[in-house]
Amino acid sequence: MAPRIGVVTFPGSLDDRDAQRAVRLVGAEAVPLWHGDHDLHGVDAIILPGGFSYGDYLRAGAIASLSPIMSEVIDAAGAGMPVLGICNGFQMLAEAHLLPGGLIRNDHGNFICRDQRLRVENTSTAWTSAFADGAEITIPLKNGEGGFIASADTIARLEGEGLVAFRYLEVNPNGSMNDIAGLTNPAGNVVGLMPHPEHAVEEGFGPDTSSAMRSGTDGLLLFTSALHSLLARA
Amino acid sequence: MSNTAETTAASTAETAAGTAGTASTTGIEAGASRPPVDSVEVAMATPDKEQPYAALGLKPDEYEQIKAILGRRPTSGELAMYSVMWSEHCSYKSSKIYLKQFGSKTTEKMRKNLMVGIGENAGVVDVGEGWAVTFKVESHNHPSYIEPFQGAATGVGGIVRDIISMGARPVAVMDQLRFGAIDNPDTARVVHGVVGGISFYANCLGLPNIGGETYFDAVYQGNPLVNALAVGVLRHEDIHLANASGAGNKVVLFGARTGGDGIGGASILASDTFDAKGPTKRPAVQVGDPFAEKVLIECCLELFREKLVEGIQDLGAAGISCATSELASNGDGGMYIELDKVLLRDPSLNAEEILMSESQERMMAVVTPEKLDAFLAVVAKWDVETSVLGEVTDTGRLIIDWRGEQIVNVEPRTVAVDGPVYDRPVAYPTWIDKLQADTAAVLPRATDPEELRAQTLTLLGSANLASKSWITDQYDRYVMGNTALSFPDDGGMIRVDEESGLGFAIATDANGRYCQLDPYHGAQLALAEAYRNVAVTGAVPAAVTDCLNFGSPENPEVMWQFSQAVAGLSDGCLELEIPVTGGNVSFYNQTGTAPIHPTPVVGVLGVIDDVARRIPSGWQDEGNNIYLLGVTKTELDGSAWAGTIHDHLGGRPPVVDLGREAALAGLLHAGAMQSLLASAHDLSDGGLAQALSEAVMRFGVGARVWLEELMLRDGVDLTTALFSESTGRVIVSVPREDDVKFMGLCEGRDYPVLRIGVTDKLDAALDIQGLFHIGLAELLGAHRATLPERFGETVA
Repeated sequence: MAPRIGVVTFPGSLDDRDAQRAVRLVGAEAVPLWHGDHDLHGVDAIILPGGFSYGDYLRAGAIASLSPIMSEVIDAAGAGMPVLGICNGFQMLAEAHLLPGGLIRNDHGNFICRDQRLRVENTSTAWTSAFADGAEITIPLKNGEGGFIASADTIARLEGEGLVAFRYLEVNPNGSMNDIAGLTNPAGNVVGLMPHPEHAVEEGFGPDTSSAMRSGTDGLLLFTSALHSLLARA
Repeated sequence: MSNTAETTAASTAETAAGTAGTASTTGIEAGASRPPVDSVEVAMATPDKEQPYAALGLKPDEYEQIKAILGRRPTSGELAMYSVMWSEHCSYKSSKIYLKQFGSKTTEKMRKNLMVGIGENAGVVDVGEGWAVTFKVESHNHPSYIEPFQGAATGVGGIVRDIISMGARPVAVMDQLRFGAIDNPDTARVVHGVVGGISFYANCLGLPNIGGETYFDAVYQGNPLVNALAVGVLRHEDIHLANASGAGNKVVLFGARTGGDGIGGASILASDTFDAKGPTKRPAVQVGDPFAEKVLIECCLELFREKLVEGIQDLGAAGISCATSELASNGDGGMYIELDKVLLRDPSLNAEEILMSESQERMMAVVTPEKLDAFLAVVAKWDVETSVLGEVTDTGRLIIDWRGEQIVNVEPRTVAVDGPVYDRPVAYPTWIDKLQADTAAVLPRATDPEELRAQTLTLLGSANLASKSWITDQYDRYVMGNTALSFPDDGGMIRVDEESGLGFAIATDANGRYCQLDPYHGAQLALAEAYRNVAVTGAVPAAVTDCLNFGSPENPEVMWQFSQAVAGLSDGCLELEIPVTGGNVSFYNQTGTAPIHPTPVVGVLGVIDDVARRIPSGWQDEGNNIYLLGVTKTELDGSAWAGTIHDHLGGRPPVVDLGREAALAGLLHAGAMQSLLASAHDLSDGGLAQALSEAVMRFGVGARVWLEELMLRDGVDLTTALFSESTGRVIVSVPREDDVKFMGLCEGRDYPVLRIGVTDKLDAALDIQGLFHIGLAELLGAHRATLPERFGETVA
């Protein structure tokens, strides 16, 4: 049976259906989860999708991190279940202290949407194992509050322990410290990133490449990684 | 917070209510207690009471008409309703007699795929496979000048609610923006606010922004245009209409609470000009909450899915006044409402304010009593506040009670449908003959290669032809995962069906300069360009929406421009056989007495059976042949070249031949179906030089181009070859192996075609042989620097 990957919909989630599509495209089963339930419906992995949950009121991801389902998500993450936070989902993971640091308003003050070059810095996580070491990828980035900050000690620890999962290349689009685009926890099961891999999974609807318009599918490997790690475990 | 306009509206209404009672002098001491209610009973007993109809925007004869309809003076609540619903913005009283042409000039073919036409919240078009698309463009011009951020944000919110009310899931937005001169210091204020507002609202809604237009011209300095377009998709069986039928069915208001924002916005803002001396009207602009709207979208879609609503209407201009009277007019004709049931954000609002409030993110639904519990369960799931206001009746009257007294008792059609209709005086402009005689053909034309090179770069970096990525990079174009084309391609394209690949393309256009020279043909040129922009994507043009932005209808010359533009557009749609499905009129766009250029924004929607067949606007492969379709004439009047290089506007705009446009669209579609076209890009503002530059910049692949044959065949000089804006022209790139087939296609359809160049991967440049060579970096530098220089650097 194909692994079941849950995608949590919060009020104000926007890229939930996109994340479900990405899950289906790699051959896993996408399971819609509702923020108000205390029930993970037996899924094998969880995605917290992008969007503006609760209108980003208070701070981006702050209210959603206290949603009913988050207690189950936090428990599952602690027990080793693969959890991916994309954009607003990354913000929730930071607010829930599953990943360190915080995300603040972009340094230039504007929302920015661009095809972003990244380096995969850690290929031993549940969500990056299918990438080659040091792989460089292009996936869409779109956020208003994507500036990663953390204390100097935390940054030193993240760098020292190899917990930076993705790093911006060529352009730092939001003022993130150390060009950090995404993180993993030490166990490698919880990964969060600001750019959107689920928008680069289908030819014709992804970023432009040098060979054809909108043909970029570099995001697929995150979902493939999860599929592989779940199958290996089964 | 200072609140002048709102207090003006509120105090007049209070006056109305206050003097109707016993002693207005007791009003202050009785401030904490309830003011007297101007009920129907009181109105009958006090026929001679003075009412502030003029301050509410009604003319004396309109006020008399209301009294004649009611057989008594209106209550203050009724006066509020009539005044907003009879405003230009809501009643189309100056434009109605012209807009009829969009319905009358139609053919069987035009009506065939039109499932819902003009008059509903938005038109609905059958796109096949059981799918339908609904789309509409609307103006939010005046609020966006006063409060650019909220004005633009709520413009998006309003048009999206129109789309939801049809039963559709909104899937894309785009905006048509006109700002003042780019170097005027006030322009940056408006640009930052408007772009920020659109970015904030549409991004939070999770709707991809897939195109649009941005122009700068001093004529819009004191009156920018912010038009917002939205598109939704639905299954045929899911169409919902705004009608209240079935006596006993419940009338439910849900969404955000009703507050004091936007009171009088519709009548006062949209029917007034900006007077430098007048009171500030800032607080009359509505404030948007996109989170509330996003939740409302999902909530409504679930209500539709569960078949829990009989009729639905969004609350926009004129708020509850509009929703109740329109729903009742379109249904069985009767409705009873208890206004006290409206959930308020501000409990001090009086009845007139509640009736007029334009608080955002609200919807009104008609629900059968049996389904009410299920309805309430769905709204509770989404944490959407809801109250049952009343029910549908068979009395033929719209009756509204407030604090136990009847404050409204009207026949709903007299409010919503049978408003005043004006045949305004029309006058041929005194200045237009002189303007048309002042042709750009006599302007000096360069022959020196260096000068032509410099002019190409100047145009490329001019405000109107420069890259708009400073704006579009602030919009999410990826969300939903179905965007097949977006800026900088000519049209936006969205996949509708993930299995079959069925999709739609959409493009909008309006050239105010052409319309100033000749509004009839200017409107047709806008139609022709939007149509061509859809055709170059490989889609088949199918339907039209429009947003007609003009000056004051009380100015007979403006009314002439309007009549010409509507005639031109409706004649054009008839010739192309694509129906106008809906739209919007915005009058009073002027500063002082100077009207804007007539700006009829035309949006064309096309259908493509599989978005995988779509065509990019630039080339990406080596050695493809570049062809120019169409003929180039000396048509420099009104052109970007005349405006930018010579600061000139005069003459007559390019000739538009809609028959040729249809033939060209047919040719492009056939080319797309046979996969012959590697790229296709429309020629319009800036002519061939601009189109070639854009096609090079699209993917950074160069082109070697020669113009001698073109100049010889068409008998034109270099300036004309490069910068003329003749219509019916497109550049396409064709892989060599498909050359014979492609030429056969053009020959078979008798469309003029000329090979003018070849793509070049080794030299990333626009190389016009024997004339000039501009490298990619220089092209991009000129094209991309303009907006950041004025509005601030963004991410590289």
